[in-house]
Amino acid sequence: MAAVRQVCTFFLDGLCFGVDVLRVQEVIGYRETTRVPLAPPVVRGLINLRGQIVTAIDLRRRLELGGWPAGCLPTNVVLRTDDGAVSLLVDEIGSVVEVAAESFERPPETLRGVARELICGAYKLEERLLLLLDPDKAVQGLAPEATGRSEP
Amino acid sequence: MSDAGDMADVVREFLIESRENLDQLDRDLVALEKNPDSRETLASVFRTIHTIKGTCGFLGFGRLEALTHAGESLLSRLRDGKLRLGPEITTGLLEMVDAVRAMLADIEATGADGEADHAALIERLVRLRADEPAPAPGPKPRETAPPDGAESRAQAAADGTIRVDVGLLDRLMTLVGELVLARNQLLQSGAARPDAAFAAASQRLDLITTELQEGVMKTRMQPIRAVWGRLPRVVRDLAVTCGKQVRMEMEGRDTELDKTVVEAIKDPLIHLVRNAVDHGIEAPAARLAAGKPAEGCLRLRAFHESGLVNLDIADDGAGIDTARIRSEAVERGLVGADEAARLGERELLELIFLPGFSTAEKVTRISGRGVGMDVVRNNIEKIGGTLDVQSEPGRGTTFRIRIPLTLAIVPALIVACDGDRYAIPQGSVRELVRLESGTGRGVELIHGAPVHRLRGALLPLVHLGRELGVAAPAAADLVAARVTDVVVLEAAGRRFGLIVDGVLDPEEIVVKPLGRPLRAVPVFAGATIMGDGRVALILDVLGLAQRAHVVSEVREPTLGEAAAGGAEVADERRDLLVFALGAGGRMAMPLALVARLEEVPRAAVEWVGGRPVVQYRGGILPLVPLAEVFGVPDAATDADPLQVVVHADGERRVGLVVDRILDVVREPARPAGGWARPGTAGSVVIQQRVTELLDLPAVLAREAMA
Repeated sequence: MAAVRQVCTFFLDGLCFGVDVLRVQEVIGYRETTRVPLAPPVVRGLINLRGQIVTAIDLRRRLELGGWPAGCLPTNVVLRTDDGAVSLLVDEIGSVVEVAAESFERPPETLRGVARELICGAYKLEERLLLLLDPDKAVQGLAPEATGRSEP
Repeated sequence: MSDAGDMADVVREFLIESRENLDQLDRDLVALEKNPDSRETLASVFRTIHTIKGTCGFLGFGRLEALTHAGESLLSRLRDGKLRLGPEITTGLLEMVDAVRAMLADIEATGADGEADHAALIERLVRLRADEPAPAPGPKPRETAPPDGAESRAQAAADGTIRVDVGLLDRLMTLVGELVLARNQLLQSGAARPDAAFAAASQRLDLITTELQEGVMKTRMQPIRAVWGRLPRVVRDLAVTCGKQVRMEMEGRDTELDKTVVEAIKDPLIHLVRNAVDHGIEAPAARLAAGKPAEGCLRLRAFHESGLVNLDIADDGAGIDTARIRSEAVERGLVGADEAARLGERELLELIFLPGFSTAEKVTRISGRGVGMDVVRNNIEKIGGTLDVQSEPGRGTTFRIRIPLTLAIVPALIVACDGDRYAIPQGSVRELVRLESGTGRGVELIHGAPVHRLRGALLPLVHLGRELGVAAPAAADLVAARVTDVVVLEAAGRRFGLIVDGVLDPEEIVVKPLGRPLRAVPVFAGATIMGDGRVALILDVLGLAQRAHVVSEVREPTLGEAAAGGAEVADERRDLLVFALGAGGRMAMPLALVARLEEVPRAAVEWVGGRPVVQYRGGILPLVPLAEVFGVPDAATDADPLQVVVHADGERRVGLVVDRILDVVREPARPAGGWARPGTAGSVVIQQRVTELLDLPAVLAREAMA
């Protein structure tokens, strides 16, 4: 039971995040997005991925990390989900690292709010903490801004 | 099964399926002879014969049924191990296969299962079953062999078609979609090149692509009756089980759907239909007690709208009891009591889509299968569709499935709005209007709501940017705009004008579904990739119209309403003139009864026998002040000129004096409800306002008496 896991890492607002590498379909550079009016605010827009239309989630906004720094062209981390491909927009892509299960710890009780839902825990690496993101939670539970089924 | 076309389809399907099964059966029997103990093969043989027997019994082919029944009985003994397969039995069974084949040939040629007498063969099969050695197994295969030509005829139905793996069709469709995009890109870049050869080649490519696309699309299309064909039987059986009487009506059975969509909606559809019979339609006694005919009506309706396919399943049963939903939901802990008390009718109806919800008083054989409406809705949403419910107590319930033509390529108009492009399915586009200031009438305002007078009729205008929340132009700016591009759209029978920043070219687009987080956004039907590779959203015209309140939420009358309207079909619409009477009072009358609208100066009114008249077109026009007729206290009595609606019945004319003309609307013809005071036929909801329907004959009769 060599509990070693490969994690694809990326950076957001100076923090190092990761998702299981098996859930990552591909990583592509900046793409122009088509905004979707009336969509949940965390939906940055739609991108064309070789003929496939992929929803791009603004991960900064999802994690309530504030807006994008000026001039930052976010990178797409395209995930496989039950509902097809979904892209997470991140500041910068890292690398694939191998992490050991022993170095994993669940988030402390003091971690609150949306971060607590999305972050499964942290791998204590030598140089920094690697926050493991739950990819399904990251793309789910997006309350639409308006459903249009307004009450009479 | 009243429709001959349906029957022919079922028979055809039966023939194709049976021929394939028989070929398999031949192979299985031969294999079985070599290895008589293979239970798997035996079971397969049994299943095949059983299927054929079942279907031909249903289709009324008695001879074929008798023969296959004999075979089935024999096979069941083999399967149960009571008999062991020997060459005699194998021969008997193979002869039966031949005979069945001959009968299928007859059915295809004549529609009946032939005159050939297979009594001898049946007798032999029966004897084999009883394990009696056949006295004279005289090999007389000619007895049952098909007559010359029958074989080839039988082959015809099967030969004309081949079965193709849907996965292959999917890949073809995706490729064609990509080809269409590449073609669009090529045409765009080609437009800038003055190269004649290139232009000719790209033009050919264009034509071929279009044809290829249509061809591939067609391979995937199936009429909805492919699914509906099975439903009458389902309904009949279910009705008998539940002790109910149900009549089935189908409308739009030729509506075509993508194969994958047909497959995907089969189960949800059957579930909804069963549900309607089981829970929707009441038992005959209850119906009679409610003043309804004992026989309930289940109506299926399919139609295309805005590039979507709509499937309605409507019953004229008791409707959904929202009070019971409320108590049930609280009891099951799905919502808290406080929350439940706050929920409106519509939200209560939505509760039936929660997992674990059921209001069935008793768990019946039909409903107690652990499949709830949540599963049905999920299955529909999986293919990018929606499921909505409307219900009216005592009148019935209508479920509406709306499914986009997923994977389909549709012609669309591309419009610009605030720097983005949006595609509008051409099916909803009626015309394009360009309003330029200084020429003709442009945008006008009715209490802040922009309208345009299009050929005399008021067209409500909707600003796309404003509805999408990406722009917020002041109403005054809309009026003052130098140029206004308006796309006239129609949704749910209502026309409205969509103000856009610009109208671009029409284009063929490949409809792609939106991801789950975006499916709840009601105004988009999907997305597409434009010639330049960027993504554009496809507008859902009906959703947009609802959001902009152009159409009210109640889109269609429920079946009960349609039935109460007598011969009127739900589809029929009528034009109504809406006018004001007193402060806040609204009335409507059929436009068909209106000859002209006139303004009459108060000074022109004369009195004859205490009644007002005016001279009008060389005659005398008696005036009927509706405010007095209905005793409206706060009517605009001092209005000048008078607003007069002229009604003509042959030579007789009468002028109805109203306060103000409000609008002409096109409404689904539905009966009025509510309290009907004398002179009105009750009320209807028009433009989300309760509006009384004027009963003109009654008013005129009363005036004549007075």
